[in-house]
Amino acid sequence: MNIPFLKYSKIYYLLSGFLFFSAVLSIVFYGLSFGPDFLGGSILEVEFEKRPENSVILNQLEEFNLGEVIVQPAGQTGAILRLKDVEEDMHQKIILKLNELSKLKELRFEAIGPAIGQELRQKILILVVVSMLALLIYIAISFRKVAFPFSSWQYGLVSIFTLFFDVLITVGLLAYLGRFFNFQFNIPIVTALLTILGYTINDKVIVLDRIRENALTQRHLNSRELLEKSLNQVIFRSISTGSCTLLVLMALFFFGGETLKYFSLTLIAGIVVGTYSSLFLVSPLLLAWLKLRKRD
Amino acid sequence: MNSEFGIGAPHFFNIPFKLGLDLQGGMHLIYEADLSGIAKQDKGPVMDGLRDVIERRVNLFGVSEPVVQVQKERLVVELAGVIDQAEAIKQIGKTPFLEFKEQKANFTEIIDNNKKIIESKQGEVEDPFQSTPLTGRYLKKAEVSFGEQTYQPLVLLEFNDEGAKLFADLTEKNVGKELAIYVDGIPLSAPVVQEKISGGKAQISGSFSINEAKKLAQNLNAGALPVPIKLISQQSVGPTLGKVSMEKSLNAGIFGFLAILLFLIVFYRLPGFFAALSLLIYISFMLSLIKIIPITLTLAGIAGFLLSVGMAIDANILIFSRMREELKQGKNFIDALNDGSKRAWPAIRDGNFTTILIGLILFWLGTSFVKGFAFTLIIGNIISMFSAIFITNNLLRGLIPGKLKKLI
Repeated sequence: MNIPFLKYSKIYYLLSGFLFFSAVLSIVFYGLSFGPDFLGGSILEVEFEKRPENSVILNQLEEFNLGEVIVQPAGQTGAILRLKDVEEDMHQKIILKLNELSKLKELRFEAIGPAIGQELRQKILILVVVSMLALLIYIAISFRKVAFPFSSWQYGLVSIFTLFFDVLITVGLLAYLGRFFNFQFNIPIVTALLTILGYTINDKVIVLDRIRENALTQRHLNSRELLEKSLNQVIFRSISTGSCTLLVLMALFFFGGETLKYFSLTLIAGIVVGTYSSLFLVSPLLLAWLKLRKRD
Repeated sequence: MNSEFGIGAPHFFNIPFKLGLDLQGGMHLIYEADLSGIAKQDKGPVMDGLRDVIERRVNLFGVSEPVVQVQKERLVVELAGVIDQAEAIKQIGKTPFLEFKEQKANFTEIIDNNKKIIESKQGEVEDPFQSTPLTGRYLKKAEVSFGEQTYQPLVLLEFNDEGAKLFADLTEKNVGKELAIYVDGIPLSAPVVQEKISGGKAQISGSFSINEAKKLAQNLNAGALPVPIKLISQQSVGPTLGKVSMEKSLNAGIFGFLAILLFLIVFYRLPGFFAALSLLIYISFMLSLIKIIPITLTLAGIAGFLLSVGMAIDANILIFSRMREELKQGKNFIDALNDGSKRAWPAIRDGNFTTILIGLILFWLGTSFVKGFAFTLIIGNIISMFSAIFITNNLLRGLIPGKLKKLI
């Protein structure tokens, strides 16, 4: 099997560019909606005997002056309510009031005060910054000895750019989901995004590692042949590993229940994009860069 | 769960998995204590006292292994299992906060002002009393009694030594003035101090019914809170949802695992079969570890575990692809296995290292969801490297009969 990967570079650029701009537009226009983990607020999940219409639920709660309440049907007869951070007695009042509509069972309630929300926000920010720094250091160390045919900082920059690409596309998708499916960013989602970084950097390292190895052992190849040979060697592995991980995540997505749904979806999106960018974006970028340099 | 995953040495069968709040239902509550009136060096002891009181309350609910933990100025309470959650919060929060307050310097002025405000119904009334160091912290016991002349029910308070001294000082300072007794911020009575009281005993006489007096004494005994607390975060999961989550994530695990087995055997045939076998060993090993350590299983933990199962196969695949290349070059099977493993190692090491690195950072800085996920992910990655390198390798080395080698 010998796939002439680089022959279709233009198609990859077009596709990648399309994904890139869709993601940016999605983030700019739809914005990111943050959940109570970050802003403070409450989530109430109940199961009705017979679920009333959303508008009926909203009407029923009107007298409490709760501000903005988002009602979302869940499962067969359940509903998820998102509202501001309410105290315990208001929580009980809401339950009683909703119970008048139809007998209900409370499945889950979360109320996160603004202080906790702010703390979590800071904590997550530190988490993201530290993870990024760790990955940067890792990349710098991984590629410090490579000098041919690309310099180590080129390997590093290309990995960082493609990692950014992976996360950007995923976040773009999440912004879209936030606009149309009431999805909200919470801590599990940030965890998933960081895990994507940890996972897809592997893909990149393995591709670049092959290039590095072939560059040392097969000096007769020009850089284009070198890249294509390396990609052909790793593609089977990349797709196998990606598929195995995706199989588990798909199972989690379809059978794993509400809490893990968006968590696994985020990972799925990230891993698909990550596998794609390792195979179809890293090498064309390296080659384009090399050509650019030669022209100077 | 045991019957489905009853793998590992036989005597582990009886150890149940430890389930997190999200899988068995339960509550995670964070309270903030108001320590504004407490000197810095007293904050630690006050928080410990608060914890003891809440612990006593919580123990009455009869849940197994309740957690009451101090985190700086906060108190974290975790209650697992089936309980009336609304009632539990009420019980924890309702523990009365007892205070003794003395008159402010401009007491009469404030009283006059308040009268005007009440008449005109404009403005806010001001509390004519100010806090003193004497609070429920120093209470030894409370009991119901009856007034000698009035036969009205009242609550007798007895202070500990420190409290008795405070009370003596307070009464000495306030002879001829009112000393107000507040419970939960509401003034119950404000007797005029006749003389210094040094025995460490006081009484609350209000217009109680016998039952009210009894309840107050009971609550004060169970523990007057040393400082007021406020519920700032609540996460509760009903037992139904917990059970559903448990079943669903188990299903997801089983389906995901079967899909991987199928994938491995279809695409990699015999080595795939061995990889699947080593994956089985890996899973039983992980489950045993989770039981023995024990790791509390949460949804996040299960997600981390499943993800690690998916990733565990990576090392196997890396070795197999390398082996194929070596075999193509005409090497014999054992040499190909050795060289393939050797050359795949840097990639395996690097690949797992980044995931473990991110896992460690998540574990170090994360919240409980993140920690649960990161922990199983890290352990999973370490064990999976081990299982691919040692187990698959040895299986291939020892078990492949001559003829089957051609299948690779």
